[in-house]
Amino acid sequence: MISPAILRIELRRMIRNRRTLIFTVVMPPVFFEIFGVGNSQAHDRAGSGNVIAYVLVSMAVYGAMLASTSAGASVSLERAAGWSRQLRLTPLKPAAYIATKLAVALAMSAIAVAVVYAVGSTSEAAMPSSAWISTALLAWACSLVFAAFGLFMGYLLPSENVMQVLGPVLALLSFAGGLFIPLNQLSSGFRAIAKLTPVYGVGEVARNPLTHDGRLVSALVNVVVWTAIFSVGAAVRFRRDTARV
Amino acid sequence: MTNALELTAVRKHFGEVRAVDGIDLTIARGEVVAFLGPNGAGKTTTIDIVLGLARPTSGTVSVLGRTPTEAIAAGLVSAVMQTGGLLKDLTVRETVQYTAALFRQTRPVDEVLQRAGLLEIADRLVGKCSGGQQQRLRFAMALVPDPELLVLDEPTTGMDVEGRREFWAAIREDAGRGRTILFATHYLDEADAYADRIVLMRRGHVVADGSAAEVKAMAAGRTVRATLPGADETTLAKLPGVEAVEVRGDTVLLTGRDSDAIARHLLTKTSAYDLEITAENLEDVFLALTSDGNAA
Repeated sequence: MISPAILRIELRRMIRNRRTLIFTVVMPPVFFEIFGVGNSQAHDRAGSGNVIAYVLVSMAVYGAMLASTSAGASVSLERAAGWSRQLRLTPLKPAAYIATKLAVALAMSAIAVAVVYAVGSTSEAAMPSSAWISTALLAWACSLVFAAFGLFMGYLLPSENVMQVLGPVLALLSFAGGLFIPLNQLSSGFRAIAKLTPVYGVGEVARNPLTHDGRLVSALVNVVVWTAIFSVGAAVRFRRDTARV
Repeated sequence: MTNALELTAVRKHFGEVRAVDGIDLTIARGEVVAFLGPNGAGKTTTIDIVLGLARPTSGTVSVLGRTPTEAIAAGLVSAVMQTGGLLKDLTVRETVQYTAALFRQTRPVDEVLQRAGLLEIADRLVGKCSGGQQQRLRFAMALVPDPELLVLDEPTTGMDVEGRREFWAAIREDAGRGRTILFATHYLDEADAYADRIVLMRRGHVVADGSAAEVKAMAAGRTVRATLPGADETTLAKLPGVEAVEVRGDTVLLTGRDSDAIARHLLTKTSAYDLEITAENLEDVFLALTSDGNAA
């Protein structure tokens, strides 16, 4: 259903985009160095590892999220350019188009996660080797939530560069989701709200093999609910977009 | 053999607006047909219906014996749209490769690039291509499935003279291979120069359909000019097919749809000589047939 040739071209296209590359491949490792390695409590204990490892997973989630959101949101540009209309003059099934977008999103987020973990492996990040693997896989898998988010926004917003809108939104969500500062530094009122935001669940789930904290169930519920909201939203907009007049 | 295109009583209404208001049109395989008409005549809506991008309000559409969606899915019909449909951050070659990956049976990418005259700039980013080059890229994409019917919607709008010339040279070469081509245009000279047949549209109706010569004759006919001393205006006006007579000294000017009959009569039944038959140019016909309150 997904053509390897198209996947290759789409990836080359994403990598050709300097802005995407900086956001997904350069910034997360830089943030890791600042907030993780440069953290005053870097070597304090966090679950079965240290704070550097904790920040490492958070930044991998952050990079994967940016990569998959921008891959999903690229439908906005393709609609504006008339490419989606052009594709309707081919045998391509709309579902295959979406599947390709999701595959590109997963490929891009895999690159983002790999880069952060490669940088992390040369640092003093410490966690059990099983946790290195499972946190990386979870950070990667959870990026699907944001691929759906990107698709939804890409179909919702008419803007030609939807990422200019989504960039600040994602930064805000990352703060609320505790990727940059632990949520226990917030007031209890803010904390209650923050736990309902979409990045919170993804971060908690990805870090769980390291932290083993008891909030996994509520985090999973968060991930499932937001995935459902974004997917249904994307599907509704998508159907409206491809309907014949 | 099935026809390339059959439209029967096709209507497309957008609320009160009747964009297409009852069109019957049959195009045989191998024909090169121009859809001519002013803006808002319904050309683009008709093309959208043929391509399955729009659903007709009523009427039936058959593209090579199938529904438009089936014909598209089978790669039997492809289109060159007026604008859009390109990604600026792909190269020319990648764009064609992408398209080729979507079809089951395709021509080789390099062959298609070469036929559209794009081989030299295959690695250029689409965003860096001129308008004419981008249009030839749309043409290359349309050639990928080797379609039986190629539809072009005002393909040279906004192109300079050189770009238009190169574009049509590529299309003409392609038409020589027997492909059916339907193109919409509001350039009269393009319709006259490149089409075997012209379908003139106005306000959602077909107002004239035939070869360029027939369409010209349809509006006001041709004018037969001859020298005929002592011509009798009343007698000439009664001749079959004559619509207007003008006598200027020894010269008579007879206008009518059947110029052949008029000429035959003048040469066999009268002493007329120095015969000349002239047609109005297509521009006059276009204006006569498409201007308001003057429909044929």
